[in-house]
Amino acid sequence: MLDAGTTPLVQVEDLKMHFPIYTGLFRKHTGDVKAVDGVSFQIMAGQTLGLVGESGCGKSTVGRAMLRLYEPTAGRVLIGGEDVASLAPEALRKKRPTMQMVFQDPQASLNPRMTLSEIVSEPLDEHTDWSRDKKLERVYELMDQVGLNRRFVNRFPHEFSGGQRQRIGIARALALKPKFIVCDEPIAALDVSIQAQVVNLLEDLQAKLGLTYLFISHDLSMVRHLAQKVAVMYLGRIAELSPSKDLYARPLHPYAEALLSAVNEPDPELAARRNRIILKGDVPSPANPPKGCNFCSRCPKVMDICRQVKPDLAEVEPGRLVACHLYEPKTAAGSTGGPEAIELNQQGVNQ
Amino acid sequence: MTDATTTPPKPASQLREIWQQFRTHKGALFGLIVLGILILFVVFGQFVWDPPQRLSDTIKMKNQGPSLTAPFGTDQLGRDLLLRMIQAGRVSLAVGLIAMLIAIVFGTFVGIMAGYFRKLDGPLMRLTDMFLALPLIPLLLVMVMLFRDKVAGILGPELGAFTLIVFAIGITSWMATARIVRGEVLTLKEREYVLAARSIGARSNRIILRHILPNVVSPVMVAATLGVAEAIITESVLSFLGLGFPPDFPTWGRLLYDGLQYLQIYPERVIWPGVAISLTVLSVNYIGDGLRDALDPRIRGR
Repeated sequence: MLDAGTTPLVQVEDLKMHFPIYTGLFRKHTGDVKAVDGVSFQIMAGQTLGLVGESGCGKSTVGRAMLRLYEPTAGRVLIGGEDVASLAPEALRKKRPTMQMVFQDPQASLNPRMTLSEIVSEPLDEHTDWSRDKKLERVYELMDQVGLNRRFVNRFPHEFSGGQRQRIGIARALALKPKFIVCDEPIAALDVSIQAQVVNLLEDLQAKLGLTYLFISHDLSMVRHLAQKVAVMYLGRIAELSPSKDLYARPLHPYAEALLSAVNEPDPELAARRNRIILKGDVPSPANPPKGCNFCSRCPKVMDICRQVKPDLAEVEPGRLVACHLYEPKTAAGSTGGPEAIELNQQGVNQ
Repeated sequence: MTDATTTPPKPASQLREIWQQFRTHKGALFGLIVLGILILFVVFGQFVWDPPQRLSDTIKMKNQGPSLTAPFGTDQLGRDLLLRMIQAGRVSLAVGLIAMLIAIVFGTFVGIMAGYFRKLDGPLMRLTDMFLALPLIPLLLVMVMLFRDKVAGILGPELGAFTLIVFAIGITSWMATARIVRGEVLTLKEREYVLAARSIGARSNRIILRHILPNVVSPVMVAATLGVAEAIITESVLSFLGLGFPPDFPTWGRLLYDGLQYLQIYPERVIWPGVAISLTVLSVNYIGDGLRDALDPRIRGR
């Protein structure tokens, strides 16, 4: 796994996803909800990028736009060298097997009228012309991989527990042997004991099959456990993109700092000394973000320049990209964020 | 893990499970039996009960009460009512079921297209509104007036009238289904499993057939069972207005209206077709109810 992380499998460049707002009698286009507004990052093959942030900051939208479940407004999404954001429909269909998704709510993401075997073999029906027996064989293989008993093959989703349902969702995502999986808050709907099982399963599968994950979550400790690099999002933009060790040891961006201070500390003595940063106010509407830095309305360290100029994501320390005026950029990296050179640098520092 | 101790079961066909659940629904089973008897009655009744009717006899036989020679009695022209009921049932049941089928298929198709494809939503729903705004009876009258002779010329007077009536009723009763289905599709297509199917790369037709259609079954079932009753009644209204089948051609609705004039003297003439229509409607409703439950795996498990 260490040497797998040398080439980026996934490259996102300046991804924008705006949802238009139509108002009035004539449905005039009066503005956009800027759910994702210029996000760039890359993920090395075989690695995990954690994407964290509070509710409504655009995490899930990034994941969905990357798989083109939404039509991105602008930007490029290179997966294995092909730009998913601009592929023609038929080419996109052919590309789908390499990129899959695990959904948040395992109850909602499984059709209640289909049996386990129908659900897991659906991708096979779409992309292969295998015989029934061969598909069934593959379904059994997948069930073994995710730890579901083969006897369950004829059961319906409502007959499973939450953790088992999520395993079905994972089995379905694995059916076509993808390289890249977007995990859209896969553990948010599960209770804590099951969360660990599912996360361990995801880790095992990554080690076994060499998968690359984009792990979207608001559970910071899970992300720390799972991800090599973490991107902190706020209001449609990345605030900080750092190796997870560095980020958790010493967050740079004020928002990342506030977010991490909210993580529970099991040791009561440490918890008593913990400096909890409580942000004031609400997240501004993504339809009408502040003129300067998106975070300027709530930032405890706000300066005058923050209200005027949007900071770009720039490398301020080796391997660490931050979008904040508090830090002087080391190199003049544009808003496109992490070019290859930085990544190589980061590899050297990190591992 | 690979060599399990018990051989894993093959994915079984769900037909057996559906039948087993259906059987547990008493009303549905009752409905199925009653409808089966009614169908047997109208299809094979004439082989069992076919009294010879000579014109000279019928004049003497008119307006008789129930007897051994005529179990249901005779009408004002001396025709045997049981035989009339058998012949009428054949048409009424066929009209009811086929018109319902046309309405359901068309309504579901329009509803799914409008709900799933955003571009079709406007035009198709305005079409639905237009049909809903049309006054039905005058529309049916105009349709029958305009086309009866033409269709009769091609298919013969009876089959022609049948085709026209079935088509007319079907084409004027699909709107409710279309609206219900559209609403249901609008919520279904935002479900995560539809999104999951899209992320797999499933084409729209597959998504509709596999994920949307099976999940709109329940409202469609309800609409369908109500549709049968409505179709039978509408047919009788048309016949009553003299625009359905030819006057000597019996349907349950027609018998009902014929008997209406003699209601005070011979109430059984209204009761027989009335009971037949009610039983059909009731049994179809129960069958629909049972089928809806049987098709839903969440209920089936219990």
